Amino acid sequence: MTAVVEKATSPRLLSAEMPSGRTTGWWGMVLFVTTEATIFAALLGSYFYIRFQSGPHWPPPPLEDPKLTKVVIMTALLLPSSVPVMWAERGIRKGQRWRLRAGLAITMVLGLAFLGMQAWEYSEDLKKHTLTTDAYSSLFYTTTTLHGFHVAVGLLMVGWLLAASLRGSFGYRRHERVRLTAIYWHFVDVVWVAIFLCLYLSPRL
Amino acid sequence: MSVDTEEQSRSTSRDEALAELERDWGERPSLRGWFSTVDHKRIGRRYMVTAGIFFILAGTDAMILRTQLARPNATLLSPEMYDQLFTMHGTAMIFLFSTPMFFGFGNFLVPLLIGARDMAFPRLNAFGYWVFVCAGTVMFTSQLVGRAPDGGWFGYVPLTDTPYSTGVNLDVYSLGLLFLGVSTTAGAINFIVTVVKMRAPGMSLNRMPLFVWAIVGTSFMVIFALPALNLANAMLFLDRRFGAHFFDPGHGGSTLLWQHLFWIFGHPDVYIIVMPALGIVSAVLPAFCRRGVVAYPLMVLAIVTISIISFGVWVHHMFATGLPQLSYSFFSAASTLITIPSGIQIFAWLFTMLRGRIVVRTPFLFVVGFIVTFVLGGFTGVMFAITAFDQQVTDSYFVVAHFHYVLFGGAVFPMLAGIYFWLPKFTGRMYAERLSRWAFWLVFLGFNTTFMPMHVSGLLGMPRRIYTYPGGLGWDIWNLISTVGAYILAVGLLLVLIGVVHAVRRGAPAPDDPWQGDTLEWGTTSPPRPYNFAPVPQVHSLHPMWDERTTGALAIDEPLPDHRAMTTSELDGREEGVIEMPEASLLPLAVAAGILVVVLGLLWAWYWTGWYWFAGAGALLIFGAVARWLWPPERTPEEAGVAS
Ligand code: HEM
Ligand SMILES: [Cu+2]
Repeated sequence: MTAVVEKATSPRLLSAEMPSGRTTGWWGMVLFVTTEATIFAALLGSYFYIRFQSGPHWPPPPLEDPKLTKVVIMTALLLPSSVPVMWAERGIRKGQRWRLRAGLAITMVLGLAFLGMQAWEYSEDLKKHTLTTDAYSSLFYTTTTLHGFHVAVGLLMVGWLLAASLRGSFGYRRHERVRLTAIYWHFVDVVWVAIFLCLYLSPRL
Repeated sequence: MSVDTEEQSRSTSRDEALAELERDWGERPSLRGWFSTVDHKRIGRRYMVTAGIFFILAGTDAMILRTQLARPNATLLSPEMYDQLFTMHGTAMIFLFSTPMFFGFGNFLVPLLIGARDMAFPRLNAFGYWVFVCAGTVMFTSQLVGRAPDGGWFGYVPLTDTPYSTGVNLDVYSLGLLFLGVSTTAGAINFIVTVVKMRAPGMSLNRMPLFVWAIVGTSFMVIFALPALNLANAMLFLDRRFGAHFFDPGHGGSTLLWQHLFWIFGHPDVYIIVMPALGIVSAVLPAFCRRGVVAYPLMVLAIVTISIISFGVWVHHMFATGLPQLSYSFFSAASTLITIPSGIQIFAWLFTMLRGRIVVRTPFLFVVGFIVTFVLGGFTGVMFAITAFDQQVTDSYFVVAHFHYVLFGGAVFPMLAGIYFWLPKFTGRMYAERLSRWAFWLVFLGFNTTFMPMHVSGLLGMPRRIYTYPGGLGWDIWNLISTVGAYILAVGLLLVLIGVVHAVRRGAPAPDDPWQGDTLEWGTTSPPRPYNFAPVPQVHSLHPMWDERTTGALAIDEPLPDHRAMTTSELDGREEGVIEMPEASLLPLAVAAGILVVVLGLLWAWYWTGWYWFAGAGALLIFGAVARWLWPPERTPEEAGVAS
């Protein structure tokens, strides 16, 4: 019987093999992203709660519907940025470090451009209304700023990966953190789509 | 080789292997070791001790409240003091005591129950603990300086929003709870991942102890419920400090939005508190009934359905707010539904007792006390689910009676059962049976004497949250009885404390398995070694310790060293690989300290002195510590020297 248990439970024997299945890190990140998503869901829920209690005009006058041009460009920047992350992750699984570096660099550029556009958008919005104007504005700024903060955190993670990969870290067997960052980045991306639909498009419906 | 020398060489190799394990997992006894530990057992014990201290503080608040209410027209407390006391009492009992206490149980027990070496993320675990300590300390400090939250534990706006509440009191509430939320979320994620990935080989989902199921269900509720509270508190803080208008109807906001967000969290939270307690009951009963809990699959189903239904009933806390009638009917029906899974659990325990051979010891007494009080609390709960009745008694002492029957009866009794039951495992010592029975009877009688009369005073119209009342309304005698009961209860709880301290100091050394329990934690030493199990156990059934195959495997004299742990598959617990476990570290403490500086910055430095940079300094500290935490990055196989 010793042998059976030994075979099943010896870390030494097991570590010789490639680990299979989902890692603890994967589960941790997915659960983290889930609670974060719940925060955004509650925030958007609050948005509609307030909206359906307010008068026939939304956003409440004198505010106009949010402008779309810049936001469409922002969406066009952020949405495709998941692709290079995916490409980079696939690459490092094959041991192609150049793909990791290139993919991350492209994502960095797209993400930074998004944040830059957001700052530009804010600089014009703030002339019309601020956090303290009314409940609509409070919701608008809180939601978009929280998302912008998530983009910034995501960029920190991507930048960190990029720095480490330039130093030669990660290989075809060790790239767990690339995978985790990718999950986070996709999440940030998907949340933006929800925000775009709710905050920017829905007032026009 | 003769048989003798072979025997000898085997035992020396065993000793060497154990010494190696000890070196890999043990920690230095220095001060640094104390602050940097990541051992789930130490962290679990700390959680319990800290939550116990908060219980004493919040209990002291309650005793002062009860003293004030003993006689009509009392003047012990000013109205302002009274507000702070009941708010801190409720807030601390719910947030700083119940959940952290169960996190303590979970931290200590879950890895042992599933045969793991540690939690999945040991450093995150230490981080969660430090955050909890800091948040609790901030909140209780505010009480010491007389600026504690004073808007009730559910902090209803507009009372808690500007301009009705100036001063720092409610900022302590919103920021303190946000701060604490970090800890609770981290803990919940850690529990789920640990249970999902780190179970001993062979422990498929249908062989998982019910307590573990309960912790997982609780953690999932935390993941989905806590964000609503965090969001509400962030909004409240923005409203109060930065002039936002979420809850301000004058500028398009909504006061009811607060209630919705709060109770979307708050109702599941009741189960977040009670569910682990139910898990403890399911863990204690088998040992004293000499049989497994009947209807295991139904019990699991009950845990899962409660976790889900509890999200659909929050409006029953808002039956007095004038929402549309249809929503009342819906939420009223949904609320009564939850009695079904709760009933299943109660009946399963009763049948377990009926069909078992009962041995009456203190933990068992507390379980019986739990069943009695919890069922009574359940009855009044169903009464509330009926809108017409609710509108009569809401915000009266009837409510106070009800939720103490549920929260004290439903959470504290099982907790006490759990403390006595696992004390041998926690401390390596046995408690004194006679003393603890005295404690039980005093707690049980004291509890009922305190809270039973509140049903009456509530029906007689006594509102909750009044700092005093005129005589001659028929409330006097009931209040006096309540207060006397509260003192009896306090003596009982004091005996529990004395019993625990006595056990730790002078208790008889505990055997590994004093109760002949069925689950894995009894298969290791009392208290467990830092590495929990020498050979990782192989599980074959729902009751591994009653299963000779497991006990045989545990006795195998070939421990497996290394500072590593095994991961297994999610559903059926097949071995998948090994992972390196992190070393002890001061970084979790540093990150928690960083958050503390941010909170103090927002709360105090900014408010009183205008030092907004203070909060920025905290953010830098967090950033630096996290960067350090994540460095070095994963290395390539070549660098790490792993053959590919
Ligand atoms: C130690 C024994 C306890 C005593 C004597 C006690 C007493 C009281 C009293 C007198 C009040 C009502 C204050 C008022 O409305 O004027 C109260 C409120 C409350 N208690 Fe307790 N309590 C005890 C234990 C607990 C426990 C163990 C919990 C939860 C786990 C708890 C949770 C609460 C909550 C949530 C409130 C409502 C506070 C509010 O209205 O904001 N209590 N308690
Ligand atoms: Cu409820």
